[in-house]
Amino acid sequence: MSDDLVEVPLHAVAHGRAGDKGNRGNISLIPYRPELYPLLAEQVTEARVLALFRHRGATACRRYDLPLLQAFNFVVDDVLEGGVNASLNLDGHGKSHSFRLLGLTVRVPRALLTPPE
Amino acid sequence: MSDTFLVGNGAGFSGDRVDAPIPVVRSLVRRGLPAALFFEVLGERTVALAQLERRRDPELGYEPMLERLLEPVLADCFRHHIPILGNFGAANPPAAARLIARLALRLGLPELRIAVVAGDDVQGSIALDQLPVHEADGSIDTRAARLVAANAYIGAGPLVEALRAGADVVVAGRTSDPALAIAPLVHHFGWSFTDWERLAVGAACGHLLECGSQVTGGVFWDPGFKDIPDPANIGFPIAEVTATGGLVITKPEDTGGIVDLRTVKEQLLYELHDPAHYITPDVVLDITGCTLEQVGSDRVAVHGLRGKPAPETLKVTACFEGSWLGEGEVSVAGPNALARARATADVLLQRLKRRGLGVRARVDLIGVASVHDSDDGALWRAYDGPEPQDIRIRLAAEGADRDAVDQAAREVLALLCCGTAGTGGARWRLTPRILTRSYLVLRERVPTSVSVRTAREMSCEARGR
Repeated sequence: MSDDLVEVPLHAVAHGRAGDKGNRGNISLIPYRPELYPLLAEQVTEARVLALFRHRGATACRRYDLPLLQAFNFVVDDVLEGGVNASLNLDGHGKSHSFRLLGLTVRVPRALLTPPE
Repeated sequence: MSDTFLVGNGAGFSGDRVDAPIPVVRSLVRRGLPAALFFEVLGERTVALAQLERRRDPELGYEPMLERLLEPVLADCFRHHIPILGNFGAANPPAAARLIARLALRLGLPELRIAVVAGDDVQGSIALDQLPVHEADGSIDTRAARLVAANAYIGAGPLVEALRAGADVVVAGRTSDPALAIAPLVHHFGWSFTDWERLAVGAACGHLLECGSQVTGGVFWDPGFKDIPDPANIGFPIAEVTATGGLVITKPEDTGGIVDLRTVKEQLLYELHDPAHYITPDVVLDITGCTLEQVGSDRVAVHGLRGKPAPETLKVTACFEGSWLGEGEVSVAGPNALARARATADVLLQRLKRRGLGVRARVDLIGVASVHDSDDGALWRAYDGPEPQDIRIRLAAEGADRDAVDQAAREVLALLCCGTAGTGGARWRLTPRILTRSYLVLRERVPTSVSVRTAREMSCEARGR
């Protein structure tokens, strides 16, 4: 049973935070359990993250892996509709973007779904 | 423990909780170790808004909450030799220093030594159009746009100079954020400005603390997933740093919030791009070898930080007067709200076109899709989820012509009579925008200076004028 794979939003297994610099945003992605790190490395690809922000004009996504910290850093170019000074968006900094990433679904073993404490 | 220095943070941005410094200072005093307190309140555009304030009134243009932030802690910091550093001088450090002098006299602290750091403001001293451009908003025509502010991100050097001159409060304008933490560490431990490993610890300390509660539970808590104690009273961070570069992040006792591996990881990566190259004026920080260790309740040790030589250039950010932003909002709720909201959005866009206002515009349906959406409303147009019961329709319009933007925002107001059934709650506003462009300049071209005087001396000068 414990090997059952379930499809869940990243929010169920990871957390993160978004920040901005000009028209470029960064989003950290941090799994709650170390066993999830390789699974997320395989499934949360640059292409999938870029696709999440394509409708806003994002042009490129780069993922930096930090295995010692058990974290990923995604840097997305041209995602802020010109940046906080030019954007018409209520959230010109893109601080809410972490939760768009956390809505992306991944397939993980059910056993790794323990709620974080 | 005797070789431990404490760095406390009292604010992470202009607009932060004004009562946050009180428990931080109480904790620094109670622990009795050598310590410093810093305030980071200067966002990229904040200095431009402050310059506009200064133009209106030559005695303004510094952090508006400065007196509120310092009044409850200034006497305790002075009596316990806890220097205060801040970029709260914004566009007018001398006026901020005069305010602090008046406050000090009122609190009975005439011997308080106040340092003013000058040199970051390079408007007029450096020809910007001859510098290589580092980053820019859209397509700024800098010949046409009016320059509001140009400031270099200066490093810890002049701040250390101020501390060596015995400053109790160091008033700066634009500095790099980490410099506010690096400076007291360099001063206390006598670290060299070429000791990259130690400076890396200082930079990480500054980076982790500069956003205040963001490392102690702020913008972290997520009910049911990442709960924190008492989010109405999050303790702002304190770092314990040792001479050999040990770094522990903690927070005051009897406050809310939390310091654990999760909060420190989120803040370590905040606004970071290449983790091997976090550039500050004093050192380039590399966190690719970093590990974290929970060493107690609300105590996280940061290991494995590496530093590389400081860049030869400093970043200068120039702010220009931009266009106008007009915003208007109305609400619809109850049965058929989504259809009414979508129709309202389309009608608003038709109205702007019909009137030939020539503005760039966007409509959000708050409650359906907004902050994650695009200017053309791709998400709310495609939405086919459950019927929302309460939607706020927001129009945002931008253009160089103030009147056209104002008229666009007023179209939202007109919906109170011309809109769909049950339209209510109209609000609208017009705000000027600031555009920024940053450049790299050789550090030799940004000379800095420091002047230190007591509150008493400053008040005598004020009377003499």
